Amino acid sequence: MLDDFMTRATLAGIGVSLAAAPLGCFIVWRRMAYFGEATAHSALLGVALSLTFEFSVLAGAVLVSLLMSISVTLMAGRSLFLDTLLGVAGHTSIAAGLVLVSFLSGVRIDLMAYLIGDILAVSHMDLLLIWIGVGTILSLIIWRWSPLLLVTLNEDLASANGFNPKRENFIITIALAIVVAVGIKVVGVLLIIALLIIPAASARSIATTPEAMGFFAALIGASSALFGINAAYIFDTPTGPSIVCAASLFFIALSLVSSFLKRKKHN
Amino acid sequence: MKLIEITDLSVQYGSKLILQNINLSLADGEIVTIVGPNGSGKTTLFKAIIGTAPINTGTLKIRPNLKIGYVPQQLIIDKTLPITVERFLKVAQKTNVKTLANAMNLVGTEDLLTFQMNNLSGGELQRVLLARALIAQPDVLLLDEATRGLDQPGVATFYRMVDGIRKNTNCAILMISHDLHVVMGASDRVICLNGHICCEGAPNSVASSPEYQALFGSEVDGTFALYRHHHDHNHHTDNERE
Repeated sequence: MLDDFMTRATLAGIGVSLAAAPLGCFIVWRRMAYFGEATAHSALLGVALSLTFEFSVLAGAVLVSLLMSISVTLMAGRSLFLDTLLGVAGHTSIAAGLVLVSFLSGVRIDLMAYLIGDILAVSHMDLLLIWIGVGTILSLIIWRWSPLLLVTLNEDLASANGFNPKRENFIITIALAIVVAVGIKVVGVLLIIALLIIPAASARSIATTPEAMGFFAALIGASSALFGINAAYIFDTPTGPSIVCAASLFFIALSLVSSFLKRKKHN
Repeated sequence: MKLIEITDLSVQYGSKLILQNINLSLADGEIVTIVGPNGSGKTTLFKAIIGTAPINTGTLKIRPNLKIGYVPQQLIIDKTLPITVERFLKVAQKTNVKTLANAMNLVGTEDLLTFQMNNLSGGELQRVLLARALIAQPDVLLLDEATRGLDQPGVATFYRMVDGIRKNTNCAILMISHDLHVVMGASDRVICLNGHICCEGAPNSVASSPEYQALFGSEVDGTFALYRHHHDHNHHTDNERE
């Protein structure tokens, strides 16, 4: 069954979406969209380094993303605000990555595969690594769900209840770096932020509790992967962008329905 | 041992010294009020106690396993985060039906349970925050300007509630307040803070100290000074009205 490239692609897509969506809720609640984007961009430098020095792309992406997000977090607030620093670090990484790859003239590298993903080329090994990453992220999020939620609501409240806000924030940073790394094969560094943000934003209009929002986001994310991959197969379109377009359709549909229902309620 | 014992504490953010030479302790069941002008480090002192402010020098001893109920000055929940009052009360703290019911009964929030946090009025939000703090069955309550945004009757109701809580649960209360004329009477001790502790003691002695009057004398001439006028000593403030 796993020998079929479509099956592998579908399993990879669903896996990454499932992990990205609940994490994406925290990214949305904490207004970290730009942080997520910069983390994803910096992964490209990790990819370039791993191609240059011939080690695992996944490890390269995780390491450079983590290094970027940690150093930016430590530097923030001294003389520049976080969003400026993220802009500097994220775009420096993506530019440096592209420059670095240009030196690798001996090897033909399809950069597009890293920018927007190459899900149809997911190997058995890739699939295994993706699902290890997915399992890690989901376990982290489920295990720390309540403390993470409390820290998101108010750091002082969390601290008074005996939780360490810095530690909980670090868990988000780590999960983000892993999701970016496993998402490279699926939607690439340019679009992974979409799998974090769009399902969460879509779920907002139908959820009344944080847990429901996380659950709906995962459902919407996985459905987007399923629809997107099949649509890409039928219409012969690039797969990663098709998944993101499917998610956007969910967002538009759910936003329209919920605003229609609200108006009806008011009348 | 005391619930909280602070010795020669100073807190510094970057190069800015916010608090220095703070000595403070809190015993079981005590109500202590901290007053001080804006920017005097009141909230920072609370943050030091709950562990989110960097302690520069000095020591802050908290009795082991001390349960702290913290009511922040305000709580802004992002509009993208849907959460009902019931869920908020239960986030990351163990509770049972009885504790939950007791806490809500005490602050009168039973009928708010299914409301979204973002749809609460200022007064309702304060009561929910207090209910959350009480669910932890705290040994000490930290109230940071908990009556912000309440009208006069609301403030009076709030302090009656706090008084009721102490009678029912015997937890100590450390509060920051601007409602000088109201809180002074209800406190065992008042601490006047302005980066350092200017003066402290029983409400009467603090109110009549020159340090306190230097800070608040003119600011509250309308309410507080009038309220205190039956005392026979002289206040020596320029703005005092007879």
